[in-house]
Amino acid sequence: MSSKFYYTIWIALLCLTVITAAVSFVDLGRFNTVIALVIATFKALLVVLFFMHVKYTSEKLTKTVIVAAIFWLLLLLLLSMADYTTRLLA
Amino acid sequence: MSDSPVAVEQHGPELLHHFVDAEQQRDAASLGMWLFLATEIMFFGGMFCAYLIYRFWYYNEFAAGSRSLDIWLGTINTAVLICSSLTVALGVRAAQMGKRKLLVILLLLTIVFGFAFLGIKGVEWYDKYKEHHIPGPSFNVDDLVKAYPQIHIDQQHEQIYFSLYFAMTGLHALHMIIGVGIFAFLTYYAWKRRYTPKYYTPIEMGGLYWHFVDIIWIYLFPLLYLIDRKPLR
Repeated sequence: MSSKFYYTIWIALLCLTVITAAVSFVDLGRFNTVIALVIATFKALLVVLFFMHVKYTSEKLTKTVIVAAIFWLLLLLLLSMADYTTRLLA
Repeated sequence: MSDSPVAVEQHGPELLHHFVDAEQQRDAASLGMWLFLATEIMFFGGMFCAYLIYRFWYYNEFAAGSRSLDIWLGTINTAVLICSSLTVALGVRAAQMGKRKLLVILLLLTIVFGFAFLGIKGVEWYDKYKEHHIPGPSFNVDDLVKAYPQIHIDQQHEQIYFSLYFAMTGLHALHMIIGVGIFAFLTYYAWKRRYTPKYYTPIEMGGLYWHFVDIIWIYLFPLLYLIDRKPLR
């Protein structure tokens, strides 16, 4: 991959950092959190796919490990929150 | 060995005898690294889970605590880490192409960015120390109560925000310190010509670790600094 490509990803990541910091000062209600997390996830995707070369790897095993790790993390977070956010409803 | 019935492949000393070839050795290292990163995701995941639950319970205190952090230093530190990820990615590329001097320079730059991040983080922690925002006997957030009269702040709940702040940024900083150590090691052996275009797996694996630590910060930044920055009414 050409170094120009890496510079492009780098510029994109810096721009997204400035955008996420700037947007946090605008009152969007609940969407402030949503936007902050969407931008963070997009940045993480750029790093994983291009800097960590996951997009270009031919190893399915690597991708399986990544998907499994995200799945475990979501199990941890979603099931925990399913408990804590519904306790007052009982 | 010329009359050996088994074809003997020519390879460098870096190929360990239990691997068939260099490619298999590299793939094994990569799988092992990704499995390690999966355990790291769960390691940090426990903290993110604790954060999520307490943020749900004590949103006001999290909002006030988030406002008390220096958003400029936080943003600059995010940029510093992104720059270090660029030098790592370019470093792996330099290793691929066998550009030894460029590789050493890029690895050193990564270490410099790593120290810059830790330095800025240290300044932020010292500010928190001066403001008595470090959880413990001298913890005091009367300044926040005065600064944000619109937000109801419970001293004990505020302490939970700062406990999580120090635990999460502290664990991240520990990973940065380990990362700087790994990169010092890589720089030394890159200088000693250990890595060639045929064998640069350690650079690649060290890079994966560094990018992972960067990703953790990419999430810590909005979750700790940007909870509630909108103008107070």
